[in-house]
Amino acid sequence: MSTPSNTPLALVVEADGAPGVSLWRGAAHRLLRSPVALLGAAIVLAFVVVAAIAPLLTPYEPGSTQWAGEVSTSSVPGPSDDHLLGLDRFGSDMWTQMVFGARQSLIYGVLSTAVGLTVGAALGALAGGFGALGGRVGRWIDTAVMRLVDIMLSVPSLLLAVSIAAILGQNAYAVIIAIGAAQVPIFARLLRGSMLGQGRAEYVVAAGALGIRKRRIVVSHILPNSVGPTIVQATLNLATAIIEVAALSFLGLGTADPAVAEWGRMLVAAQDRFDAAPRLALLPGTAIAVTALGFTLIGEALREALDPRTRR
Amino acid sequence: MLRFALRRVGLMVPVLLGLSLLLFMWVRALPGDPARALLGERATPEGLARVTEAYGFDRPLWEQYVTYLGALLQGDFGNSIKTGQPVVSSFADRFPATVELGLSALLFAVLLGVPLGYLAARHQGRWLDTLAVSGSLLGVVTPVFFLAILLKLVFADTLHWLPTVGRQDARIDATHITNFYILDGVLTGEYDAAWDAAVHLVLPALALGTIPLAIIVRITRASVAEVLHEDYVRTAEAKGLAARTISRRHVLRNAMLPVATTIGLQAGLLFSGAVLTETVFGINGVGQYLFTAISQRDYPVLQGYILFIAVIYSLINLLVDLSYGLIDPRVRTP
Repeated sequence: MSTPSNTPLALVVEADGAPGVSLWRGAAHRLLRSPVALLGAAIVLAFVVVAAIAPLLTPYEPGSTQWAGEVSTSSVPGPSDDHLLGLDRFGSDMWTQMVFGARQSLIYGVLSTAVGLTVGAALGALAGGFGALGGRVGRWIDTAVMRLVDIMLSVPSLLLAVSIAAILGQNAYAVIIAIGAAQVPIFARLLRGSMLGQGRAEYVVAAGALGIRKRRIVVSHILPNSVGPTIVQATLNLATAIIEVAALSFLGLGTADPAVAEWGRMLVAAQDRFDAAPRLALLPGTAIAVTALGFTLIGEALREALDPRTRR
Repeated sequence: MLRFALRRVGLMVPVLLGLSLLLFMWVRALPGDPARALLGERATPEGLARVTEAYGFDRPLWEQYVTYLGALLQGDFGNSIKTGQPVVSSFADRFPATVELGLSALLFAVLLGVPLGYLAARHQGRWLDTLAVSGSLLGVVTPVFFLAILLKLVFADTLHWLPTVGRQDARIDATHITNFYILDGVLTGEYDAAWDAAVHLVLPALALGTIPLAIIVRITRASVAEVLHEDYVRTAEAKGLAARTISRRHVLRNAMLPVATTIGLQAGLLFSGAVLTETVFGINGVGQYLFTAISQRDYPVLQGYILFIAVIYSLINLLVDLSYGLIDPRVRTP
């Protein structure tokens, strides 16, 4: 997975955080003026709020099929006073399913990306740190970690997630671990790459010339200056994670609990009712795409804001 | 160049060995008795004994792994639990369908994506650029399976413009030699069969190709935009070269390096997407069978298929790296 973001980001940040225009403050300033970032933030904010207050937005329980009698193979009641978005094919309230689906996507997306980021960044920092330290042991640890990452990368990510989910069975943890694990190699490679790239930067050479110990240079100079691309990638991965959570459900590997509303599963169920009620497929599908769009826009804007070449 | 190639091939060996070890451990990591995990809940004592014997679950782990690896090297990937069919032959039967789908998706993505990305970069800030950039953003965030369902429901089920499922109309009695249906039709002179197979591929290829298309547009645009600002392009302009010569010899050639890599990297995406696309369109390829194997917990099939796909995926990446070495001589030196 190659990303064009391996450029050193923090040339302006002074060693030991001496005052100056800080990289992150400058980036925040640019973000607030970027319409792309604001649009992304608006989408994500709306999504998070809906997910957080889902129970307040609807009087019904998710997965309740109490209106099943009103639904037949040829007709699914559309929007009405009682049901903002109508019913779904099982006789649940569509609006309720949608808002609780948002909650599900947010929790799974964030947790799986957190798993991927934590493990991946730890592996990447280990490899990159020891790689930058150099020496026989350092290079050996770097190589060993990266070979492991190569093995994970040799399987396409959705297949990796699918295989892991297949072992762990149909439950929430399986989905989170599977999708998180599939992200591990991406973060590991990215962080290691930017750490090794920073290792050749002038301020690192300068720090070495000042007699600062190598270990300290790695931990307090190279590492903090290398996390930018990883944070950008994490934002972008939230979008991928939300899509992959839905994809796993679509393949029948998500949670089996019918009381849990999930956008991917709603799409599967909607397929054979498309003639009668196309909204059953359009609503969850669009919701997944728009949410993913929000995170992608923020990620892209963040990448641009952190890129030294766009700083004026 | 040869040394570069050999070193690169040598790097594949530990990766594939490691993967085979992981896949070997995978079935043993399943909860409970591996023989029972393989057979499922309805396992009889005789069945369990037979599977334990066949897989050697009662012997030490390292011995089991050596046996497993030895079998793999002889091309024995085990048999499906559900159908009893050897994993290798079931893969070989279905692989052409997936390749046909993947190649048409890639063809669609490249033929449309490279010119579109190039034009967008040349007309930065104009409506074509805006359209290409926002369109590609939309393409990246739309889930493959959602797009596949939409295309199928609108163009096949509702408008009836294109066929809904399968690779070929069942009423066509086509001769199959290679199992690449379009190629078979051309080889045997049954052009109507080839045409029908091609028509069946349109929607799945569109669904599968959209994300690669979006990525290729973005990378081409960024790469061309960067090259346009290079000194050598300005020099070429200053010495009065024709605009077409500059575009072809200087801009496109240099901008294609990252694009070529990106196209190679799409292979993984295509395999992942094929599982979803083939499932929606009922294409009897590797992806759909993998999906069936997942839902039936057919572990030998899963193990074998993942290993096959990893080998093919690694080979594609190898080819990409080698082509990189051909295009850019700097890569060859260590």
